[in-house]
Amino acid sequence: MRLTLEIWRQKGADDAGRFVRYEHDEVSEHMSFLEMLDVLNQKLIEKGEEPVSFDSDCREGICGMCGFVVNGYPHGPQPLTTVCQLHMRFFHDGDVLRLEPFRAKAFPIIRDLAIDRSALDRIIMAGGYNSINAGGPRDANSILVGKKEADLSMDAAACIGCGACVAACPNASASLFTGGKISHLGLLPQGEPERKTRALSMVERHNTEGFGGCTVIGACAEACPKGLKLDFIARMNKDYLAGTVTYREGAAGGGSG
Amino acid sequence: MPTLDSRIPAGPLAEKWTKRKADMKLVNPANKRKYTIIVVGTGLAGASAASSFGELGYNVLNFCFQDTPRRAHSIAAQGGINAAKSYQNDGDSVWRLFYDTIKGGDFRAREANVYRLAEVSNNIIDQATAQGVPFAREYGGTLANRSFGGALVSRTFYARGQTGQQLLIGAYQSLMRQVELGKVKMFPRTEMLDLVVIDGRARGIVTRDLVTGKVESFLGDAVVLATGGYGNLYYLSTNAKGSNVTASWRAHRKGAFFANPCYTQIHPTCIPRAGEYQSKLTLMSESLRNDGRIWVPKKAGDGRAPDQIPEGERDYYLERKYPTYGNLAPRDISSRAAKQACDAGLGVGPGGLGVYLDFSDSIKRLGASAIGERYGNLFDMYQRITGENPYQVPMRIYPAVHYTMGGLWVDYDLMSNLPGLFVLGEANFSDHGANRLGASALMQGLADGYFVIPYTIGDYLARGGIAKVGTDHTEFKAAEAQVNAQEKKFLSIQGKHTVDYFHKKLGNIMWENVGMARTQESLEKALREIPALRDEFWQDVKVPGIEGEFNQELEKAGRVADFLELGELLATDALQRNESCGGHFRSEFQTEDGEALRNDADYAYAAAWEWNGASKPWTLNKEPLVFENIHLQTRSYK
Ligand SMILES: Cc1cc2nc3c(=O)[nH]c(=O)nc-3n(C[C@H](O)[C@H](O)[C@H](O)COP(=O)(O)OP(=O)(O)OC[C@H]3O[C@@H](n4cnc5c(N)ncnc54)[C@H](O)[C@@H]3O)c2cc1C
Ligand code: SF4
Ligand code: FES
Repeated sequence: MRLTLEIWRQKGADDAGRFVRYEHDEVSEHMSFLEMLDVLNQKLIEKGEEPVSFDSDCREGICGMCGFVVNGYPHGPQPLTTVCQLHMRFFHDGDVLRLEPFRAKAFPIIRDLAIDRSALDRIIMAGGYNSINAGGPRDANSILVGKKEADLSMDAAACIGCGACVAACPNASASLFTGGKISHLGLLPQGEPERKTRALSMVERHNTEGFGGCTVIGACAEACPKGLKLDFIARMNKDYLAGTVTYREGAAGGGSG
Repeated sequence: MPTLDSRIPAGPLAEKWTKRKADMKLVNPANKRKYTIIVVGTGLAGASAASSFGELGYNVLNFCFQDTPRRAHSIAAQGGINAAKSYQNDGDSVWRLFYDTIKGGDFRAREANVYRLAEVSNNIIDQATAQGVPFAREYGGTLANRSFGGALVSRTFYARGQTGQQLLIGAYQSLMRQVELGKVKMFPRTEMLDLVVIDGRARGIVTRDLVTGKVESFLGDAVVLATGGYGNLYYLSTNAKGSNVTASWRAHRKGAFFANPCYTQIHPTCIPRAGEYQSKLTLMSESLRNDGRIWVPKKAGDGRAPDQIPEGERDYYLERKYPTYGNLAPRDISSRAAKQACDAGLGVGPGGLGVYLDFSDSIKRLGASAIGERYGNLFDMYQRITGENPYQVPMRIYPAVHYTMGGLWVDYDLMSNLPGLFVLGEANFSDHGANRLGASALMQGLADGYFVIPYTIGDYLARGGIAKVGTDHTEFKAAEAQVNAQEKKFLSIQGKHTVDYFHKKLGNIMWENVGMARTQESLEKALREIPALRDEFWQDVKVPGIEGEFNQELEKAGRVADFLELGELLATDALQRNESCGGHFRSEFQTEDGEALRNDADYAYAAAWEWNGASKPWTLNKEPLVFENIHLQTRSYK
């Protein structure tokens, strides 16, 4: 099949950037979206042009390294699918596809479709863990966890840190990402001791990293390739509020920030 | 010549590790902050090591080429992690896990290392659970288990189909805690391009910042490589696009021995290749073999749809050949059986390169929702890639390169022959012999990082003798100059073909000649073709762009240049090993019914290859494998 691609080209953070049109006539329906771009890049290099920069690694939908916007949809239009797992049989001959990076103040552009998402790491740094050292823990089966809680915790832990939720949100909020981590750990007895302080510090870091506040629009959950639910943001808000009450007497609860 | 002393402690097998720990020198806690440890890699092995060092009080510099440590390729492991907990009361024990692993490795691993691995396996599950890894649970709240290939007990722990992801996120979170505390300094999007050796000790690395292109030196008291496997030598593999051998290879060129490269694992259950443009192959976890049955039609060229082929006209060949283990036969055996079926014209799907993995019996027995609960995400992934629904039609699978048992040689303390250079995880050669069992790589990576290296590196540092130098030392400057020169060279060639063009060609040579079955003839052919391709690469590759900027083609060029050398060593190793064992099958050496024929009298050694300079033959050093506790026998899964 044959496609027209309009791809965002930007040399670096200081470059203004612009869309460039490419006609691509070597597309097979069995290709993945990224393989389609690989083929384009091979042709560009052979012609002496600059290939399109984009990130990827596992190409199995699990590492979270890939991600850009296709026709307005982060990771493209197929629900619950990262762009590396999106296949060309989802599109039609003659389609025009517009590719641009995930855009957010907290995600500076490195080049073309590749961006800097290190702000997400810094949210985890603020408390996205149980503070235990290697060597100490007792027998795993001495902590019993109900299957339902374990499964729900796993649902939240499935986040791959891709940042699509941020790109989808009109406020560029990372609340789904942050709420996912707070829920994953907070739902387990092992995470209980730090549940409130964790929420407090992670939400505050989220805000200082330049992500916007949550106004419960829900675009994040629609874009999320791993199906994280808005409930996780509600849990975050609850733990955050409890944290402000317990640990910061007098400080007004600011919601998900 | 450097010596190959494996430094295995004397004494009974079950007491070796305890004894080794008791004999170790310790670093005074107040002095730990005076030491800097460089850790390259943030997979299970690297992240667990770096966070543990931070917890102990060392200063840590930690590097990875992805944009965040959480994306290391360990994330892709689906099936699970083994431990000898014996929670199922089904007869498991440390000894049995040890024995299964040694046997699964076709008796080509060190007893002492494997025993220690089984011994610490239980601590890993405790550690991960405390971190909040959401392992699958039974209704009563205890941890759930499943079975994996090569074992008759149920000892595999899992987190849905995302075990590697959850274990890595656990390790990553601990690592991020240390970054916040200032003990670990993290360098993502930074690639190690050389190892610096001063006075015979590993003292640092030279890196390239992948965003700005800046080449920089880092000094440490010890260097730990946890840089993963190199299956991408074959171009198509189940590894991530970025997985490569460069860190290990550059260390090899600086004197570290490379051991057993010929042991490559070809995984039996991967989605078959669809076309020329294919960029990687996707694994369908071995855990599927718990409930899926593998078969091909009995008649060659049978074009009927699978549901039109009656039971009597199907060959469930693993169940037929290996009645005891059946569909859970180890990977090397299952892969070869699939290849034999396809070579005999019985394969299914495009090009006849596939066999069926059929869930219809299990779905009838347990219901679609129970199967979905176990494997839902794998079924979804299969459907996204192939457009077929495995609840309705059997999956088509074919073997693909998956794991590399070989790697840098290390002693019992996980130190290479270069003092101060430690190697962990898939990057070393130590624990899996000639074939790795499923669910044991995650175990090894975390055992190395959480429970072995924190002890052994302390012993190395406490013994002292590490000179005071700086990154202005001539060895650092020389390594930087070398890295810069190679970049300039790549950019100046401006030939006709892309880096991928050469990588695909190399992969093809390897797969055809040094793949699932090798012969003297095919290996000699590979040894002619690889150097010729390498010469062509250095004259005719086209790398666009300039230095000093984000340049993904330049990154790939360096990795492929190293693969073009590694391929030659792999074929050389395969040629000298005149036997078949595990992932190394030489067609000349097989039993009458087509099983691997080992030669213990002549080949019960680890082959540790020494670099002598470009275009010079390697020197082979042999570490004899001594079996004091188990009896060498022909592996049987019948
Ligand atoms: C698809 C798949 C499924 C698997 N499933 C299972 C399973 O179910 N159970 C099991 O036990 N095993 C499984 N394995 C095997 C297992 O996942 C790996 O062997 C293991 O995770 C490797 O961990 P590692 O820490 O050694 O390396 P990796 O996780 O590969 O990490 C390598 C690290 O090194 C860094 N790095 C590499 N080179 C450089 C360089 N030059 N400069 C800077 N950084 C560098 C990378 O950035 C990365 O951080 C699977 C493997 C694959 C591919
Ligand atoms: S919550 Fe979903 S969209 Fe957001 S980072 Fe995680 S996986 Fe990506
Ligand atoms: S490349 Fe790993 S999720 Fe897409």
